[in-house]
Amino acid sequence: MSPVVSVRGLIRKFTLRGVLNGVDLEIGKGEFVALLGRSGSGKSTLLRAIADLDHEASGSGEIFVPERLSVVFQDARLLPWKRVLDNVILGLDGPNARERGRAALAEVELGGRESSWPYELSGGEQQRVALARSLVRDPELLLADEPFGALDALTRIRMHVLLRKLSQAHKPAVLLVTHDVDEAIELADRVVVLDDGKLAADIQVDLPPEGTARIERFAEVKEQLLVLMGVHESA
Amino acid sequence: MNARTATSLAIAAELPRDALGVPYIAAPVTRRAQARGERRLSLGEPVPFGWLLGPFLLVLYWSVGSASGLIDPRVLPAPWVAVTTAIDLIEKGRLQADLAVSTLRAAQGLAWGVAVGLLVALVSGLSLLGGYLFDGLVQVKRAIPTLALIPLLILWFGIGETMKVTVIALGVFIPIYIHTHNALRGIDLKYVELAETIGLSRWGFVRHVVLPGALPGFMLGLRFGVMGAWLALVVVEQLNATSGIGYMINLARTYAQSDVIVVGLVVYALLGLSSDAAVRALEARALRWRRTLGR
Ligand SMILES: Nc1ncnc2c1ncn2[C@@H]1O[C@H](COP(=O)(O)OP(=O)(O)O)[C@@H](O)[C@H]1O
Ligand SMILES: [Mg+2]
Repeated sequence: MSPVVSVRGLIRKFTLRGVLNGVDLEIGKGEFVALLGRSGSGKSTLLRAIADLDHEASGSGEIFVPERLSVVFQDARLLPWKRVLDNVILGLDGPNARERGRAALAEVELGGRESSWPYELSGGEQQRVALARSLVRDPELLLADEPFGALDALTRIRMHVLLRKLSQAHKPAVLLVTHDVDEAIELADRVVVLDDGKLAADIQVDLPPEGTARIERFAEVKEQLLVLMGVHESA
Repeated sequence: MNARTATSLAIAAELPRDALGVPYIAAPVTRRAQARGERRLSLGEPVPFGWLLGPFLLVLYWSVGSASGLIDPRVLPAPWVAVTTAIDLIEKGRLQADLAVSTLRAAQGLAWGVAVGLLVALVSGLSLLGGYLFDGLVQVKRAIPTLALIPLLILWFGIGETMKVTVIALGVFIPIYIHTHNALRGIDLKYVELAETIGLSRWGFVRHVVLPGALPGFMLGLRFGVMGAWLALVVVEQLNATSGIGYMINLARTYAQSDVIVVGLVVYALLGLSSDAAVRALEARALRWRRTLGR
């Protein structure tokens, strides 16, 4: 089956230094990929290149992405002058846009908050509105750049559960940028690590659904990733 | 036993006692939560009409000064004299007539200034070419005070209403243009990125992002514009007018009627304040989505 996303030989530089130095990445239909890497390793640069938002960078390479692509930023990026429902359906037309927006809000467990102003929501709730705004567009590819980075630990866990539920229901391909190894293993089918401008590893997680097998596999992958990221010395 | 030990004993008697009857001092408790709804760094709970305090004190000083003879009535008539004069002018119908003329002038100038300022700001803020065409021109105009253009405007339009309304409109145009243009060009790039990723059309971007995002700037311009309209009105009414509040004041000067002058000034103040209050009410309604310290 042909991949939904295909990146070949991607090079990106800013004025002073090269950041991406030949990245190759493919993401299959409905596949959930987590992108790990140290701070400053170029994760956002890669994601922004895929989203066609990197107008400051120069470089070369090939990027194929699907038509319907959606981005979730680290800040929820809601328009403060629009009520929640209007933020969700921003730019959609058609008679049933509001209905679809309402359904998307219900899916992120925010039914009933349609007419709140963004400032009336907590950080986690704002990020859920941003998720609803992405989902209502029924994306084939969902790009998320540390979407839970600004949230507290408990809210993060709730968001993990929600994101997994949503990605299973809608089956978009997902590229989740994160610096949190646990988050990556918990959510993704596959974890790739960006180091020194290249993808240094590509690990299929294959987490068993439950039980000690799951815990063991989790620890195994985590150890592998930490070594790759230079946190642990390899045994 | 001196007084000092006596009080400390009295305090000890009121202290709470533990199970063995030994007095103890309760640990200090941080007080909080009573002050619900009060932000620590806010300026405190606003008192309705609190801004009237300063003007009230001024009128009080004026009254006391007039009553005690400290203020010469030829310099400044007593407040009650000004009130009587105002009643008299209203009974004769003069105040209403002049007020109507002045208000109409200001309203016409304001309407033209806002309409043209907004239109030019939109053209020059939303397109590069528009900016190249208009922004430099407006900056040149801005460097010449509107009042300095009056001689030329009199040559072009005579001293009639057209000239007067034009001067007022020019005084309104500048702040409307400057603040609206600034706000249109100052839209945060992160919203541009959002609009690009969700595939908004150019018109959708303007309608949903740029215009509402620039509304606070426009409202600020409107407040300056309304103030500018009254300022320009005062000036043009000094020029050969045959009606209006400024004419009333000028006429009173020739007859040394300081009470009429004071009435005219109070009317100007009331016009300025009430129109500013109206703009602020409009602003509060239009910008409900904002939270600010000033409330
Ligand atoms: N707009 C920019 N201009 C110049 N340098 C940039 C810009 N954006 C990112 N960089 C640089 O590129 C490198 C990678 O940044 P980034 O992709 O944001 O890293 P990450 O998201 O992995 O933390 C950093 O060294 C950063 O300073
Ligand atoms: Mg980043």
